[in-house]
Amino acid sequence: MEGLLIFAVFFPAVAAAVVMIVVPREGNGEAKWLALAATLMTLGCTIVLAVAFDRNPGEMQTNPFQFESQGTWIDAGTAGFDVQFHMGVDGLGLTMVVLTAFLFVIATLISFGIEMRTKEYFFWLLALETGVLGVFTSLDLLMFFVFWEVELLPMYMLISVWGSGRKEYSAIKFVLYTIAGSALMLAGFLVLGFSASPTTFDMVALRGAPIDDALLPLWAIFGLIFVAFAVKLPMFPLHTWLPDAHTDAPTAVSVILAGVLLKMGGYGILRILVSLMPETAEDYGVWMATFAAISIIYGAILTIRQKDLKRLVAYSSVSHMGYVLLGIAALGHVSLNGAALQMFTHGTITGLLFLMVGVIYDRTHTRDIDQMSGLAHTMPLAATVMIIAGLASLGLPALSGFVAELMVFLGSFDKYTVPTIFAVIGILLSAGYITWMVQRVFFGERDQRWAALPDANHWWERVPMAALVLVIVAVGIYPSFIVDVLDTGMVNIAAGVVR
Amino acid sequence: MQALLATQIVRGGGLVADLDRLGPAFAVMVTAGLILIADLVLPRDKVKWLAALAIAGLGASAIWLVQLIVRDRWASYFSDSMALDDFSVFFSFLFIAVCAGVIVASLDFLDRFGKHQAEFLALTLIATAGMMLLAGSRDLVAIFVALELTAIAQFILAGFLRDDRGSEAALKYLLIGAISSAVILYGMAFLYGIAGTTRLITTDGAPSIAAAIQAGEGGTRSVLLLAMVFLAAGFGYKMATVPFQMWTPDVYQGAPVPVVAFLSVGSKAAAFAVVLRVFFEGFGVGEAFVDDWKILFAVLAAVSMTIGNVMAVRQSNVRRMLGYSSIAQAGNFLVGIAAISATSEGDPIGASGVVFFLATYAFTNLGAFFAIMAISNRTGSDEIADYAGLGRRAAIPAAVLTFCLLSLTGLPPTAGFWAKLYVFNAAVRADLVWLVVIAVLNTAISAFYYLGVARQMYVGEPASDEHIRPSLPMQAALLAAAAGVFAFFVYPYPLIDAAQRAVQGFA
Repeated sequence: MEGLLIFAVFFPAVAAAVVMIVVPREGNGEAKWLALAATLMTLGCTIVLAVAFDRNPGEMQTNPFQFESQGTWIDAGTAGFDVQFHMGVDGLGLTMVVLTAFLFVIATLISFGIEMRTKEYFFWLLALETGVLGVFTSLDLLMFFVFWEVELLPMYMLISVWGSGRKEYSAIKFVLYTIAGSALMLAGFLVLGFSASPTTFDMVALRGAPIDDALLPLWAIFGLIFVAFAVKLPMFPLHTWLPDAHTDAPTAVSVILAGVLLKMGGYGILRILVSLMPETAEDYGVWMATFAAISIIYGAILTIRQKDLKRLVAYSSVSHMGYVLLGIAALGHVSLNGAALQMFTHGTITGLLFLMVGVIYDRTHTRDIDQMSGLAHTMPLAATVMIIAGLASLGLPALSGFVAELMVFLGSFDKYTVPTIFAVIGILLSAGYITWMVQRVFFGERDQRWAALPDANHWWERVPMAALVLVIVAVGIYPSFIVDVLDTGMVNIAAGVVR
Repeated sequence: MQALLATQIVRGGGLVADLDRLGPAFAVMVTAGLILIADLVLPRDKVKWLAALAIAGLGASAIWLVQLIVRDRWASYFSDSMALDDFSVFFSFLFIAVCAGVIVASLDFLDRFGKHQAEFLALTLIATAGMMLLAGSRDLVAIFVALELTAIAQFILAGFLRDDRGSEAALKYLLIGAISSAVILYGMAFLYGIAGTTRLITTDGAPSIAAAIQAGEGGTRSVLLLAMVFLAAGFGYKMATVPFQMWTPDVYQGAPVPVVAFLSVGSKAAAFAVVLRVFFEGFGVGEAFVDDWKILFAVLAAVSMTIGNVMAVRQSNVRRMLGYSSIAQAGNFLVGIAAISATSEGDPIGASGVVFFLATYAFTNLGAFFAIMAISNRTGSDEIADYAGLGRRAAIPAAVLTFCLLSLTGLPPTAGFWAKLYVFNAAVRADLVWLVVIAVLNTAISAFYYLGVARQMYVGEPASDEHIRPSLPMQAALLAAAAGVFAFFVYPYPLIDAAQRAVQGFA
């Protein structure tokens, strides 16, 4: 099984190389189908892994990771930064891996409309998938860092070549924010690794190892690493790259960006900061909660003011990822589970929202909300799905967003009452911007300009829509099938904190 | 320390055996002479034959080096003024490889240029021989002679085109070179004054600079500090670090591209080799200097990389940009040198980090300049604006250039990533976290201009549909460089191991 995990991670990269080498220059069709086959294959592998995953590992484990494989990748001799190839997943990692594989299938499908430099497009998309999967499965800090950086160039290319609007500006802004963050993260990782005795970058070993005689105080190490994750999450005031990148990226890339790339931030905080430095995380808790509340409220207020449909969804991400941070800040078992579940549900819900924005933009060629009116008459299917996604986003019970947010609030209320109250106000605001957006775009008077628009009529649009709605409803009705898996990982992370 | 050297290195015996050890550099030198003679004898259209002769000479030199290793001829010879050790062997191989790569890639240029082909090849070989001698020198006089041998050949190469821009560049190179030589000599004079000898280190107990510094007689400290500053500044000219970096962008822009490729890699590696040799063999034993050393090089590193990167952002010419980037990269190397106090199991990992970095940098920068050569041979322009759409017009050079720029930035999947990690890791161990933070933030600045070129190539609209297909030797050189950059990402162990063995003697 550990072989299957490695296979699932690297298969997309191999497929990318195949697409680049085998497909002829004008072979747009071949590239699409090859990419679809590759992403489906990867999804299949991850589902097999999910089925084989032991959901009841019994007693609290010191090492909660399954499907582990470990070996020396780089023997640095006396230089002392031996890099291990250490791969494995716990419940959290597995959930993220399945989410990633799932959303990449969706992203591939909705990219079937791409006719410009198709071959290159799928090359970068598949390369990106390996980078993201690697982040969620690495159990060595330096290996984690390698995969973290691998994602940059594909994202840069995808946004700046296939994007729209100020795409080049947005692409470089995204890259610079990420690199600046990850630069500090690398410094933090190095200090962290050397502070442990004996020197190691292995996440499992570091969890047990006492961190003493550090070159920097622990709060400084935590801070260096936290900045990188806060940029990715994104947390106010480091969020400004996100609306630009989202707005100008092609639809599929927006789905991936919101669906999985933001999760790398939350995942990193949980896997590295909270797991390895629980006491410091506790000290930072009140700050994290405060900034989470600011992100939620500030993001929501900005969302209401947006006139561009895609920007609106983008800003709502800032607000919703605030719940993740709030759940993490409270550091309780329930709130951590809530944060992790929120990462999953936000991935599917916002993925669906971006998908629908893409579908609408494809037909209207505008994203200006003021231009739209009464679209529900001409695009009933698109309107229905968008409304479902919107309702899930504002936390309607029986849809997945509700469960996650509820868990976050339950877990964090006792500890950080005031930030939690603000966060709940954020829910009201999100109800406001979602319903207002729906009202303006889909209802109201029919606009003659849009009378002849086709509905979401391509199969490669309908299949992803159906799949995402299915997941959102399923998790909303019966969240346990994900929470159980998540919990096997979170129980361990929480155990480090809750004494 | 002394005992270690004595067991590791036997004293050379006999003139013949010593000359044998000089053989590899000598072979390159003789080849240069042969090329000049062959130029007179051979009929027209001879550049291919001359280049083949040069490659053959380099091959002979490499074989000579291998047989010295096989026959275990390690020694400190010529009364301890030269050394055949892991360090000199590592760099000799590096210089041979760089020179061979440059010669293969310069064939197109020489074909077009049409004049002075033999002279170009001969001068490149002479400079290479000088570098090989430099890597083996452990005596101040020998170092200076080898340094000048390299430099004079390079002054001529820099002005090879004899146009306005080239001449200006060459003149700048020469003048600043002369000043820096004077500064080096000044520093050397101080050392001689203290130690009474020019030997850095001796194997027979004779007086040496290392011994004098270790003895640390009262009152010499301030003089030694002065010597250290002068030497660091003077060598900084060759390394292209502040304060003698001003020639870099002009020469990179004005000199022929093959020469720039050679300078940016060969000359830089040679400079760092001599700095490692002088500082680690000479000053390394003076425990009292560790803090001054750290501060001196850490400040030089921080200033160099910041100035280089900030200036590079504003450039519109790709060669000028790489000139400033080379200043910034020199700053990164200096991070490793500043990490003197980082030792692990007795190995100076800052020094081995620099050596490893230099080797990966050789592949990376050669790849980048080969790509620029392939492109400018056809488009005749080095303006970044003219690189628009090259991703579609010149698939191989553009891909190689992008990959190498990624490596210069220090992003995976490239060897440059491990190189940066290696020196930063050494710096963290040497308690230089602040320097690492400056260095990593500089990485973000550098990403801006490196990726800017990639953006032009892949996002911009091509000016014409004409496809650029480099000649076969050029394609081979491009792919070899890119393959090296990737291979040493996937499996850097052999290179790391070689680098660590190279500096073992410095412990």
